[in-house]
Amino acid sequence: MAIAKKAVVWGLFAAGGTLTSFIFPALIALFLLIATGIVPEGLQYEQIHAFASSWLGKACLFIVLFLSVWHAAHRLRVVAHDFGIRKDKLVANAVYSIAAIGTVLAAFYLLTIN
Amino acid sequence: MSRNPYVRPISTTTWYMRNGRYKVYVLRELTSFLVMFYSFLTLFALAALATSADRWNAFLASQQSTAMLVFHALALLYFMFFQTFPWFKLAPKAMPVRLGEKKLPDNYIIIGHYVAWVVISAFILWLAGVI
Amino acid sequence: MGTRNLELEVMRYDPEKDKEPWFQSYTVPCNEDWVILDAINYVKDNLDTTLAYRWSCHMMVCGSCGMMVNGEPVLTCKTFVRELPDKVRIEPLENFPIERDLVVVLDDVMQKLHQVQPYIIRKDDPPAENQEYIQSRGKLAIFKQLTMCINCMCCYAACPQYSLNKDFIGPAALALAHRYNRDSRDQGKSERLDILADHDGVWDCSFVGACSEVCPKHVDPAAAIQQMKVDGAVEFWKQKMGIVGDKS
Repeated sequence: MAIAKKAVVWGLFAAGGTLTSFIFPALIALFLLIATGIVPEGLQYEQIHAFASSWLGKACLFIVLFLSVWHAAHRLRVVAHDFGIRKDKLVANAVYSIAAIGTVLAAFYLLTIN
Repeated sequence: MSRNPYVRPISTTTWYMRNGRYKVYVLRELTSFLVMFYSFLTLFALAALATSADRWNAFLASQQSTAMLVFHALALLYFMFFQTFPWFKLAPKAMPVRLGEKKLPDNYIIIGHYVAWVVISAFILWLAGVI
Repeated sequence: MGTRNLELEVMRYDPEKDKEPWFQSYTVPCNEDWVILDAINYVKDNLDTTLAYRWSCHMMVCGSCGMMVNGEPVLTCKTFVRELPDKVRIEPLENFPIERDLVVVLDDVMQKLHQVQPYIIRKDDPPAENQEYIQSRGKLAIFKQLTMCINCMCCYAACPQYSLNKDFIGPAALALAHRYNRDSRDQGKSERLDILADHDGVWDCSFVGACSEVCPKHVDPAAAIQQMKVDGAVEFWKQKMGIVGDKS
């Protein structure tokens, strides 16, 4: 008997949940604004590109994306279980793969922004 | 007297329809789809940003529509009321704060979360040049 | 003293005769200060002596009289008839096999209570003669709420994760484990976490929170379980990094 690896994923879930709770409303609000056609100054190419080029910007964006996808993945695993999909191993592999893809993509794109 | 215990069957797919408490829980958990959606939407934005200024502007233009507007507005409300606020309410349960012999009242922790949320949101919006 | 006629729809099940449970109706003249247990006792005393159910103290300390009243798991000695509509559906506690009528089989949960090692575990040498263990009021306050559990199992009746997976250790057992983990006299947190943070332990809980909402003694097992998840996560990394400790 030992502490299951679920402890790790739960930790990511908890951190991601805290982070998304604080940040996502503002993030969604920004998408909302863009949908109206208004592009605020900070989202003009020069500004946002400069932010994403800086190491601080890269770190922030990576952490946000990393924790968000792993939070969502673990939760979707539980949602599947709650909706009667009992093939937990299959679901776990599927959702964590999506999270892994998201993580890799985030790292890739952030590293190529200069 | 012989034993013959009866096990009541339960539906693994519709059990949450039994009462309001369960329905609210399911609505709360379904916000995870939104988290995944906006994470990947942000990734697409990042991909455009990494390519060129034209791609970035094209991405911004593609996001401009009434349908997206309505979606984001509804998503914002849904997320706030079924993820952010419930998360704040549950935070003191998972991390109770002890000050010597006494426990910090839950409300202090919850209100602290709301204040931090307003500050952080304002900061993000300021960074983006909205305010 | 006014009386009101309540119509009780009570689930019946005779293991020797019935293929499945069925409902029997009784009309009970209730005093306005009665609890629903009084109405059930009235049925037993005056209308139908064959009705089987558990009860004892009639004052919310023994945990015997837990049942589903209009779909909610409650202590029937704590549920006042003046708060109930005229039609009341009474069923045995959800998520447990029915032994007979309103009596459920509690073996599973009893076994789980033992599983969590609900006793003080010491690593240090036993105290010298006349030595006392001092526990301040503040240290007691940390876990006192968790000691209030009367094992009524209403939390298990409310927990959807338990209904979906009977291997889940469940709210009361986990709250009991946490009671010892948080007791300053105890040094067995690592041992307990090894069991609790394994499969079918704390991680099966998705923080629905129904257990805490229905708990008649306000034990708040949901909070206890979340705190144990935090403890479990921290303990995992401590073990990985080779930090061995029993009391933190």
